[in-house]
Amino acid sequence: MPSEGGGAGARAAAAVGRWLGAVPAPAPGPERFRYRDEEEIDRPFDWGMMRRLLAYTRPYGGLAALATALTVLGAATQLVRPILLGRSVAVIEAALGHGNLAAWVRRLDLYAAAYLASFLVNWVCSWGQTRLTTRLGQNVLVDLRRHLYGHIQDLSLDFFDARSVGSVLVRVTNDVNALNDLFTNGIVTLLSNVFLLVGIIVAMLVLRPNLALACFAVIPAMLFLSTGLRRKIRVSWQRVRVRLTRINSHLNEAIQGIRVTQAFTQETENRRFFQVMNRRYYDSWRLAQMWSSLFGPTVTLTGAVGTGIVFWYGAHLVRTGAIQAWLVVTFVQYVAAFWSPISMLGNLYNSLLMAMASAERIFQFIDHPIRVVSPAGAAPLPAVRGAVEFRDVVFSYDGRRRALDGVSFEAQPGQTVALVGHTGAGKTSVITLLTRFYDPQEGRILVDGRDIRETDLASLRRQIGVVLQDTIIFSGTVRENLRYGRLDATDEEIEAAARAVSAHDFISRLPQGYDTEVQERGSRFSVGQRQLLSFARALLADPRILILDEATSSIDTQTELVIQRALSRLLQGRTSFVVAHRLSTIRQADRILVFDHGRIVEAGTHDELLDRAGIYAELLQAQFRFLEREAAG
Amino acid sequence: MFGKLRAHCTAFRWTLYVAVLALACLTATNMVVPYLTAALFNGVLGAHRWGELRWIVPAIPSLALVGGTFNFLQGYLSGLFGQKATFTLRQALYARLQYHGFEYYDREHTGNLMQRLTGDVEAWRMYLSQGLISGFNFVFNVAFGLVVMFTLDARLTLLTLVFMPFLIVAVLRFDDRVRPVYTRIRQAASRLQTVVQENIMAVRVVRTFAREPFEMAKFQEANLEFGRRNVDAGGYQATYIPLMQLLGNLSAVILIWYGGLQVMHGHASLGALVAFFGLLGYLTGPTQQLGFLVNLFAQSAAAEVRLLEILETPDAVRDRPGAAVLDPSQARGHVRIENVTVRYPGQGGRPALSGVSLEAKPGQVVALVGPTGAGKSTVVNLIPRFYECQQGRVLVDGRDVREWTLQSLRRQIGVVPGETFLFSASIFENVSYGRRDATLEDVRRAARMAQADDFIMELPEGYETTVGERGLGLSGGQRQRVAIARALLYDPRILIFDDATSSVDLETEFEIQSALEAAMAGRTTFIIAHRLSSVRRADEIIVLDGGAVVERGRHEDLLRRGGLYREIFDVQFRDRDALRGRSLRREVAGGAE
Repeated sequence: MPSEGGGAGARAAAAVGRWLGAVPAPAPGPERFRYRDEEEIDRPFDWGMMRRLLAYTRPYGGLAALATALTVLGAATQLVRPILLGRSVAVIEAALGHGNLAAWVRRLDLYAAAYLASFLVNWVCSWGQTRLTTRLGQNVLVDLRRHLYGHIQDLSLDFFDARSVGSVLVRVTNDVNALNDLFTNGIVTLLSNVFLLVGIIVAMLVLRPNLALACFAVIPAMLFLSTGLRRKIRVSWQRVRVRLTRINSHLNEAIQGIRVTQAFTQETENRRFFQVMNRRYYDSWRLAQMWSSLFGPTVTLTGAVGTGIVFWYGAHLVRTGAIQAWLVVTFVQYVAAFWSPISMLGNLYNSLLMAMASAERIFQFIDHPIRVVSPAGAAPLPAVRGAVEFRDVVFSYDGRRRALDGVSFEAQPGQTVALVGHTGAGKTSVITLLTRFYDPQEGRILVDGRDIRETDLASLRRQIGVVLQDTIIFSGTVRENLRYGRLDATDEEIEAAARAVSAHDFISRLPQGYDTEVQERGSRFSVGQRQLLSFARALLADPRILILDEATSSIDTQTELVIQRALSRLLQGRTSFVVAHRLSTIRQADRILVFDHGRIVEAGTHDELLDRAGIYAELLQAQFRFLEREAAG
Repeated sequence: MFGKLRAHCTAFRWTLYVAVLALACLTATNMVVPYLTAALFNGVLGAHRWGELRWIVPAIPSLALVGGTFNFLQGYLSGLFGQKATFTLRQALYARLQYHGFEYYDREHTGNLMQRLTGDVEAWRMYLSQGLISGFNFVFNVAFGLVVMFTLDARLTLLTLVFMPFLIVAVLRFDDRVRPVYTRIRQAASRLQTVVQENIMAVRVVRTFAREPFEMAKFQEANLEFGRRNVDAGGYQATYIPLMQLLGNLSAVILIWYGGLQVMHGHASLGALVAFFGLLGYLTGPTQQLGFLVNLFAQSAAAEVRLLEILETPDAVRDRPGAAVLDPSQARGHVRIENVTVRYPGQGGRPALSGVSLEAKPGQVVALVGPTGAGKSTVVNLIPRFYECQQGRVLVDGRDVREWTLQSLRRQIGVVPGETFLFSASIFENVSYGRRDATLEDVRRAARMAQADDFIMELPEGYETTVGERGLGLSGGQRQRVAIARALLYDPRILIFDDATSSVDLETEFEIQSALEAAMAGRTTFIIAHRLSSVRRADEIIVLDGGAVVERGRHEDLLRRGGLYREIFDVQFRDRDALRGRSLRREVAGGAE
């Protein structure tokens, strides 16, 4: 660990500091990479939120009550044990002074048996309590997770478009898991530890009020340690975690981008960047370790002060004859037992604050409004013919810039409509509205003459098939991925669909054919193959209306031909909307809609549009200008 | 003691040694406390020597203070030791990973490497930070505790130890049982994660197929499984942890009962009995951790092997001794590939390239076309030595690439790969990735050439917009244009476009090509493309199939020859006739060409 140094003294100090782990603050380098952090900041306690959380435990009230009863019983055994121990000592002591040993032995047997019984009861109680609280906690988490996930399934696309996959994922996994401690131990801990703490205090007061009050002097220190110091510890570990996450993000990226790094000879530069990052992590870690290492010793010290008080004041009371010696034993035990409930309650308080942060994020999702709703009581859309009409549709994603600005068109059943235009001209918005991923601000969209906002959403979407550019492939076998199009499809039907779009050949060549596992989101397939798979899936679903976003990626000529054949098979007999990039696809269309700045600027067949020599002709010419010069020359 | 990775931690061994010393002092200090209790009961309360209170009472917090200091030191320093070591190890791993060649990354998946960099490094740190010191803690406590106890009372000591073997068995058994349960929890967690992740990524697919109920059922299955596995683990904990506590506590019952009898009969002192209660915890506490320790040692040993693999795999591509530096001011960009043959490992011996030769004079454009898997990328990857050929050789400016230093060679080659990777950084940082000294004006100039400046300026924060995995999502075409700008700003003598415009639409591709003509001037350029429109101006077009050159020449020659190139051309421009027959002919005719 390098460090700069000054004179001999400074060097010595630096050496000691270095040995203790102090490292000079790294020079703030340029922010070469940026990693946004998932901050884990505490939230102040919010009773409303707490009530919402607690509502999830309602179905398991019986479970919780039983667990609490067992825990309280276990705590009660802890309460009597110092007295049993003290009394045993008293018996032993008494026996030393008196002749009749047998009577004292019998009493010792009794106490020892009671002592044993208290451990046995405690054993059964902690066994039962652990089982019950785990079940309680897991049941609640499963319910909460299902509720959250169910809501996410109903949320509209605006929700997903505004968030990264990762940020949604951590809600369902990490944030829900963060509540584990609260639900598993929280409620039970609270009740049993309050019981234990009050019990200890009461017992001590009953046994000897003045000695008890003297001992209570250490409680404030313990309270401080279990809340204040522990909070500091937790916050410093949170910083460590945030920095570790950052390191891991970078490592992941450094590996994925290694080819770029090596091509651009940035290896040394990256090492320098990583060193700073690694060093920052190390520093935060050192601080956290320091605070944590302080915790144990300070707790012991506080306990020792308590024990000292009992020894000193207790001995004094014994000397004056105010108490018997055994009470000193009991009190030493009670003072030692203070720590456990105070620590547990402090822990609970901490996990409560952390839970607040997670709960807030979870409820933020649960409270997110569903924008596109299926109207209540809407009749399912009967099998459609496939007539589609846009009537004066105005649509904006953000409420400012209009993505569609008064778009009207009609498609007859079975027609193929090609959507053409620059990126951002409005092609994708048409698709988005027809599938009701979003609803337009103005105008109407009609399928077979019925406004799609007035029909049952699921029944509408079942009749619309979509083949998207980035063909997402689910983990599972090829067969399962194809069956996604129609869940009750037989193996024969799946194979027939694959054959129809020429996917059967390459699937059969896979190691396990249709039962080959799709790995890493289909990375074993080429772009063209992935597209054929999604064709097969759409064909299996057999929708009346088909929407297709053609892949822009260039594909080798062989595959290109296969895809073109498969495509015409897929479009057959359906009303289709194609965001087209291939001239061959566009030419086959019954109608071409040319978009520009959210409006349809030209419409017609390929030949008509070429004759018009407008924007469409211009677009094509641009693409083939090189070629044409060639041909002319 | 330091295991296979000792090279990365022996430098800090003194940190650990001092921690161990502090631990020994702490244990010794702790052993004194029960003596105080014994003194209180025997001397003060038993024999009424009240004066002894004067030293017993202040001794208790004083011992706690001394012990606390040792405790702090051992905890802090042992933790520090592990952290210092992992700091160095992480640095070493990172450095190695920066220099491992492409072949290494073809073999090792990112997830697998990440697992080692996170899980395995953490296992090793746990071993150094906690495992070693806990091992010493166990040894010290048992040794010191036994010595003190035997000194106090041998018979009571033996009695106390009766349940120890049972405790040890329970501890080890618990650990054995619970480990597979945690593995299953992790599996269930990762299954749950996959289900959720795929669902969110495929949200459009799910919605359009109206598969929400199906997805819900799939999720609930994983959700319940995860819950069940956790309950399982809770079951094991419920069985073993209270049992371990009970076994420790039984010793206390024996102490009271049998020990009490011994005191009554005058075979032992009351003080010793009370002291034994205090000492008991020093034996049972560390013993209950024994299982955790054994597990930690085993995990770390396994982790070390996997980490060592990263550190010890030699670089496939490295500077030869005496390699020359390719001086940037002298570099001309003359590339000659002579009769090269390349075999990739694990491809069944079939060469990816066999006997390929080509030459690109400074400033020339060479295009490579052919079907997927023909070996086009393999050819260009040889020039920056991303891979090496088994036969033949590759010359840059008249010298075998293996005789140039790797860094100076690559400094002269700008690559735009087909699969664009952008870092989680601003667009500015991404474009200037190869040129740390570039100004915003330089970056914009390069971006303009790549037709990227316009869309970048429209982004919310312009060139400061964060992109990459966690940043703003750019379309495939936009990403490719950023990658092109990155290569242009690098200002190399040799440019390689490996299917670099596959994701941009045709109009943009056309615009990029027009702009690139200026950028390509004076640079040797290699273009791999499927769309022939982008290659037809090349000085030489090489048609590859099955790893061999099947045709070569200029566009017109190849068209005339009527081979594979002609076939590809015909498929791509089937529509040419239709276009030519109509408005385009008018345009050409009227355009006064």
